[in-house]
Amino acid sequence: MATRIIAGKTVQVNDEGFMTNPAEWTKEIGVAIAAEEGIAALTDAHWKVIDFCRATAPSLGGKSPTLRQITTGSGVSTKELFALFPKGPAKKVAHIAGLGKPEGCV
Amino acid sequence: MSDETRKIAFICSKGDLDMAYPALVMGWAALGNGIDVTIFFTFWGMDLINKARQDKLELSPIGNTSMKMKMMGLPTGNLGIPNLMAALPGMTAFTTWFMKKKIAEVGAPPVSEYLQMMVDGGAKLYACKMSVDMMGLKKEDFMDGVIDIVTASDFMDMTEGAQIIFI
Repeated sequence: MATRIIAGKTVQVNDEGFMTNPAEWTKEIGVAIAAEEGIAALTDAHWKVIDFCRATAPSLGGKSPTLRQITTGSGVSTKELFALFPKGPAKKVAHIAGLGKPEGCV
Repeated sequence: MSDETRKIAFICSKGDLDMAYPALVMGWAALGNGIDVTIFFTFWGMDLINKARQDKLELSPIGNTSMKMKMMGLPTGNLGIPNLMAALPGMTAFTTWFMKKKIAEVGAPPVSEYLQMMVDGGAKLYACKMSVDMMGLKKEDFMDGVIDIVTASDFMDMTEGAQIIFI
């Protein structure tokens, strides 16, 4: 398992750069990955999505929820979700939240 | 990752319930992965965007060799629905109901909701001009997310460099 240093902390990541141990994640790491993904500042709306994913992940085996699970569960609309995390929200949200890619097609 | 956004275009030509979902599932996955999605609806595929039809798509058991009675929980092995039985009134309604139940069980929304979700995620929907003329339809017959009615040639222009999937 590879490791890398994000926001000054050494964390375990897989081949695609997703963190493999959600417990190693901190908000600072989230901010740093978001910047790598082209999101300069995380607003309250971003955190609402990230917090929802972090809260849901334990029931999904550490994986991030699917986009539909996010919209139906958090109350954030599809339009808003794609605006907050443009160009590939499914992977981006999981990456920033320190979770595995969502399992599920919807 | 390259700077150029990957593009996928689907041509939906079928209006059966089971043929509606492949483009929806793959298109939604593509949007979630940051891929540009365009969908062109032609012939019976226009039923997916026709407001009067999109949530009334059906699945006929006639001539469907894949639909086994086993799916309905019967211990019948490889036996399909007998053709004579499949022809009875109400059988299409039954198989449609059954398939919709299966689709809902995996958390997939009905066609209209699915397409709206995709439009909200940035998918671009177009109807085929020749099919529209042939079937006597108008833009008002289609859901709001449909951008325009375009010719096959327009579709070719707008999908330059895209991977095209025909369904």
